[in-house]
Amino acid sequence: MRKLLLYIIILTTGIIFLARLFYLQIMDDSFAVRSQDNAIEVVYDYPQRGYISDRNGKLMVSNQPSYDVMAIPRNLKPFDTTEFCEILSIDPKELGRRLDKAKIYSPILPSVIIPQLTKSEYAYLQEKMRKYEGFYIQKRSLRDYQVDHSANVLGYIAQVNQKKVNEDPYYISGDLIGRSGVEKVYEELLRGEKGVKYIQKDRFNRDIGPYKDGIYDTLPTKGKDIHITLDAELQAYGEKLMENKRGGIVAIEPASGEILSLVTAPNYDPALLVGRKRSPNYTRLYYDSIAQPLYDRGLLAEYPPGSPFKALTGLIGLQEGVIDTEDRFSCNNGYNYGARRPLGCHAHPSPLDLVPGIANSCNSYFAQVYRKTIEKFPTPQEGIDTWNAHLKSFGLGQFMGNDLSTGRPGKIPDADYYNRIYNYPTYKWYSTATISNAIGQGEVLMTPIQLANMTATIANRGWYYTPHILKAVEGDPIKEEKFTVKNITTVDSKHFDPVVEGMHQVYKNGTARSLQIPGIEIAGKTGTAENFTKIDGKRTQLTDHSIFVAFAPVDNPKIAIAVFVENGYWGSRYAGRIASLMVEKYIKKEITRTDMEDWILSHSLEEEYAKPLSGEPFIINR
Amino acid sequence: MSKSVAGFDWITILIYLLLVGFGWANIYSASLGSGSPIDFFNMDAPYSRQALFIALSIFLIILILSIEAKFYQRFSSVIYATSLLSLAGLFVFGSTIAGQTAWYQIGSVSIQPAEFAKAATALAVAKYLSGIQTNIKDFKHQLRVFLIIALPMILVLLQPDAGSAMVYFSFAFALYREGLHFAYLLLGFFAAILFVATLAFGPLWVIGGILLIAILVYLKNRKRRPNILKYLFFAAVAVGFSLSVNYVFENVFKQHHRDRFNIVLGKEVDSRGIGYNTNQSEIAIGSGGLFGKGWTEGTQTKGHFVPEQHTDYIFSTVGEEWGFLGSTFILALFILLMLRLLYMAERQRSTFNRVYGYGVIGIIFMHFLVNIGMVIGIFPTVGIPLPFLSYGGSGLWAFTILLFIFVKLDSDRMSF
Repeated sequence: MRKLLLYIIILTTGIIFLARLFYLQIMDDSFAVRSQDNAIEVVYDYPQRGYISDRNGKLMVSNQPSYDVMAIPRNLKPFDTTEFCEILSIDPKELGRRLDKAKIYSPILPSVIIPQLTKSEYAYLQEKMRKYEGFYIQKRSLRDYQVDHSANVLGYIAQVNQKKVNEDPYYISGDLIGRSGVEKVYEELLRGEKGVKYIQKDRFNRDIGPYKDGIYDTLPTKGKDIHITLDAELQAYGEKLMENKRGGIVAIEPASGEILSLVTAPNYDPALLVGRKRSPNYTRLYYDSIAQPLYDRGLLAEYPPGSPFKALTGLIGLQEGVIDTEDRFSCNNGYNYGARRPLGCHAHPSPLDLVPGIANSCNSYFAQVYRKTIEKFPTPQEGIDTWNAHLKSFGLGQFMGNDLSTGRPGKIPDADYYNRIYNYPTYKWYSTATISNAIGQGEVLMTPIQLANMTATIANRGWYYTPHILKAVEGDPIKEEKFTVKNITTVDSKHFDPVVEGMHQVYKNGTARSLQIPGIEIAGKTGTAENFTKIDGKRTQLTDHSIFVAFAPVDNPKIAIAVFVENGYWGSRYAGRIASLMVEKYIKKEITRTDMEDWILSHSLEEEYAKPLSGEPFIINR
Repeated sequence: MSKSVAGFDWITILIYLLLVGFGWANIYSASLGSGSPIDFFNMDAPYSRQALFIALSIFLIILILSIEAKFYQRFSSVIYATSLLSLAGLFVFGSTIAGQTAWYQIGSVSIQPAEFAKAATALAVAKYLSGIQTNIKDFKHQLRVFLIIALPMILVLLQPDAGSAMVYFSFAFALYREGLHFAYLLLGFFAAILFVATLAFGPLWVIGGILLIAILVYLKNRKRRPNILKYLFFAAVAVGFSLSVNYVFENVFKQHHRDRFNIVLGKEVDSRGIGYNTNQSEIAIGSGGLFGKGWTEGTQTKGHFVPEQHTDYIFSTVGEEWGFLGSTFILALFILLMLRLLYMAERQRSTFNRVYGYGVIGIIFMHFLVNIGMVIGIFPTVGIPLPFLSYGGSGLWAFTILLFIFVKLDSDRMSF
């Protein structure tokens, strides 16, 4: 025992030491991080953010320099607070609060104390900067907007939030990041790469040269310049036409899937969200819960598509072989399918076959085509699912997979959906229960961009490219498979010609006769959608939404467009006029029908929008 | 000559050379100036000086191994007396650095007699215990050997150098090996536990604990009709000790001593102030990871974040630049050395050799325990060097002498 004691003690000590070393060096990672923290200072060099131009090379977004006052709390020395606050016009208490916050974030990493100095503040402060040890000025680049439109498409950049900083090691507190629109989706192209310098510090926080002779240091890489698919002029015109109205316009080049225009109204000047004014301006826009300027109606608003949907009903009927183009259906001012109330229609010649059916937008015709389609199958479930599959091939009822920062899937019901709401198999349901789908009412919901894409697909006679906003990076056209491979619909190409002819007839002698453009063969479809709101918990009908889709020229489509004007009454009244003007503007580059333009510019729907808020009884559809 | 060369324990010598060599490499890294060029002839640079110290150590080794082994036993009293004189002389001729009067300044060289006194004391203890009439179980003889140990210890404590003084407790291992009652070690052990417990939990809890244990033990042994007075006596002594520890801690210790204990006990967290050394040392070691950052690549070492890194905190450089593998290698070398010395001590036929051997092991172990314990943050900050690795002439020479006298004695073990 006397011989063993020291053996045991020595070995025990060895094991304890080993365990402690194992803990410090292998198990606990925090020491490695802390070592980097206090021995190596990381200095970033921010690159220029990439420029954004439109499809024709018109510069839309460039940069302006901006200067942030940064502080590294550990390096701060006592300074003349009064003078400092005076130069920067900041309250000393507020300064103290920000410095405390910076210290909590990290005593050794830089924090933004005063963001985005004005040029004169910067010029003045720069001379005095020596006096404020621990503070320095970080140059960044802020956006400089060359246009006052397209805010919803371009998006904005802002200081990165803490969550993102924690998730993505590229970002540190104070960095700018794309928060919406193209800025968000193409953040990684646009931002470039920060340059970084690692500097070895000693314990007095003095530089003692580059870490490892700078082998890890990098130079900043400028962000990539991109072209987006928008036509800036068309976009500006669209926003102008939509003034004093609410709704959206989406225009697509059918041959490429490129988005020519993506308007939401009301909107705002993108320059509002730059610089020190960004935050209060954003708050103001954010809290406007009535006009909702930050809500991109072109992408997010899910409306019943109304009559333009009839084109799809016709196409599916032809594909399923339940009708041919000569089949006529009669209409007695409505279609009586055994419900309490027939599906109403308006006055037009009867009976009609497909082409005039579309041109006259006959509800009865399409109700019967729809019913035949569903009833072709042994059960309504199979019928609905077949119908659903055809519509899915048009990109409906699902996210489209486009490169926009936001979106909605819309809704195309399937058998499961109806089984659920009718509590099948306890209760059975039949095609007639879903008959409103035939005319784009009922359970069908689409966003304006889906409506525009549907129109482009019809213009292409059966295929589309997924709509997209990016055209070229550094001058090289995009090659992403997602946007360069055709999506082919389940409806054969040959069935599209009569439908296109029907839509052509809409202009020739149908519901849009008054909207023809001299010299341009155009096809389109009007739409009117009933809509409701809740006033004091009571379901109240509002003036119908005005909907219009069109493409032109008929034989070689250059543009497909969907226009949606909330509470604009009937289709050709607002949406039809706007669509017609947009098409003319895009194809002819000039407007010949200035009276129509004047009518749109001088008509406001603000009064209509004020009705449900007035608290007084009101009359709709007038 | 060839016979005597073969008689030296080459394993010990190899480990010694490895430790000293590895130590130099780390001193070199830890003392690289920022920006100043590397100059081995610049005698202000610690790495140059340490190289010189190592070279001189080789001469010392040759000298020690050349001297007749009997010399050390015969002259141990003289060596001990000289050592005591050199310690006492400090209070007259010594120079004071950082509050400690521990050095003789001769030109640019400073000598720290406390380092050499440990070897001298080991010789003296060995000499006394090997006396034919000495019986360690005899209380009178116990007192005498305690006195031999206490004299240099008190002189060192007066410098004041509590760390070096503490090392003298390590002779308990040698005494125990020679027959000192286990109760002495146990007593020391309990005293240490009570000491730490009092500081950690406060005297009230400790007194409560003592009384509870006393009552439990009494109740367990009730059937054997124990003397209740005996229990009360032990409990009273323990309580008295606990209270006096608290008194000493609060009234005799200086604030910086209290801080050091409080930080290790986790009662204070102050990574910028007094806890800075330990914190920085842990960061340096922890950031080394499994393989380390590579020789002269340690960011903490380069930035000189760990104070005294080339002396007392040299192990943090090992940890940062050589990682867990390098640290384990050094631990293994030390443990191997101590186990080898234990084996060697046990094969001695003479009591003098064995006691001296145990003295050597005890001293090395105490330094190993306290130094590495401090550097990896499980012991209070006590400034004593890591044998063979830390920078410093006196320390290196003293440990070289201490070790190689035993190597010489071991080589001569058959001559009895």
